[in-house]
Amino acid sequence: MMLDETDRRILNALQSGFPLCERPYLAAADALNMSERKLISRLRRMLKDRVLTRFGPLYNADRIGGINVLAAMAVPEADYENVAFIVNAQPEIAHNYRREHRLNMWFVGAGETPERAEAAFRRIEDATSLPVCRFPKEREYFVELRLTV
Amino acid sequence: MKLEPLDRRLIIATQSGLPLTPEPYRAIARQLNISPDEVVRRLAAMRESGVLRRIGAVPNHYVLGYRANGMTVWDIDDARVDELGARIGGLAFVSHCYRRPRNPPDWPYNLFAMVHGHDRAECEAYRAELRAILAPACRAEDVLYSSRILKKTG
Repeated sequence: MMLDETDRRILNALQSGFPLCERPYLAAADALNMSERKLISRLRRMLKDRVLTRFGPLYNADRIGGINVLAAMAVPEADYENVAFIVNAQPEIAHNYRREHRLNMWFVGAGETPERAEAAFRRIEDATSLPVCRFPKEREYFVELRLTV
Repeated sequence: MKLEPLDRRLIIATQSGLPLTPEPYRAIARQLNISPDEVVRRLAAMRESGVLRRIGAVPNHYVLGYRANGMTVWDIDDARVDELGARIGGLAFVSHCYRRPRNPPDWPYNLFAMVHGHDRAECEAYRAELRAILAPACRAEDVLYSSRILKKTG
């Protein structure tokens, strides 16, 4: 993926915040010393090229009625693909990563209520006969990640 | 905090992104049949209350070359975990930082901090920075690198 200096300046500046005003692209473009039209076309291209996952408001899922619960399993290697298939098939499972540890499958159960995520974990336990370790968050120490590019 | 029905409509209208037009809040307002001022006011209020974290660009780590991610985990003295969690959560290379329940005996860790780097060596350097801060209150630590994405939505 080729990013030029303009792309980098846009990415570095717009990760932390975008104005709330009538012409926000114009305000942001002024601060970057470029035209509004150029900023918009660069953003459009970076979205199309998947340099950006999205551009816009980032909401706190917990605060809008959703819940995420992290969970992990120790899956025998011989069963790994089958278990991944079962876990991924649950609509409440949002992410699933293989990690290098005895607990080698880590996933997030998401739902409007904790019961929805819990129901998915129970279905996984029933289908795989393996225990799911739940790691619900007790406290979040939140600060936004900013990548320097 | 209870969300107003209008906030809920606003979230639904904007959660996939902001329109790429010179007056994006006006475009949203038109869609919701409210005034642009109201859109700006509601978004500002949600930002104030923490429902809205920020408006901006969400970069794709992988495409930008941040291919390694390590979930660092720490067994931190309960009396100090909140103070130290807030400190490391503030570091630029930590994307998520949470206190979670221990699951003894296999899992003594109560503090999770996700670090991202171009490669594992960069993640290890970040981990060493975390260790320097946490060491006085830390009994055990580990890092779990992801080796494969099995599912990713949203």
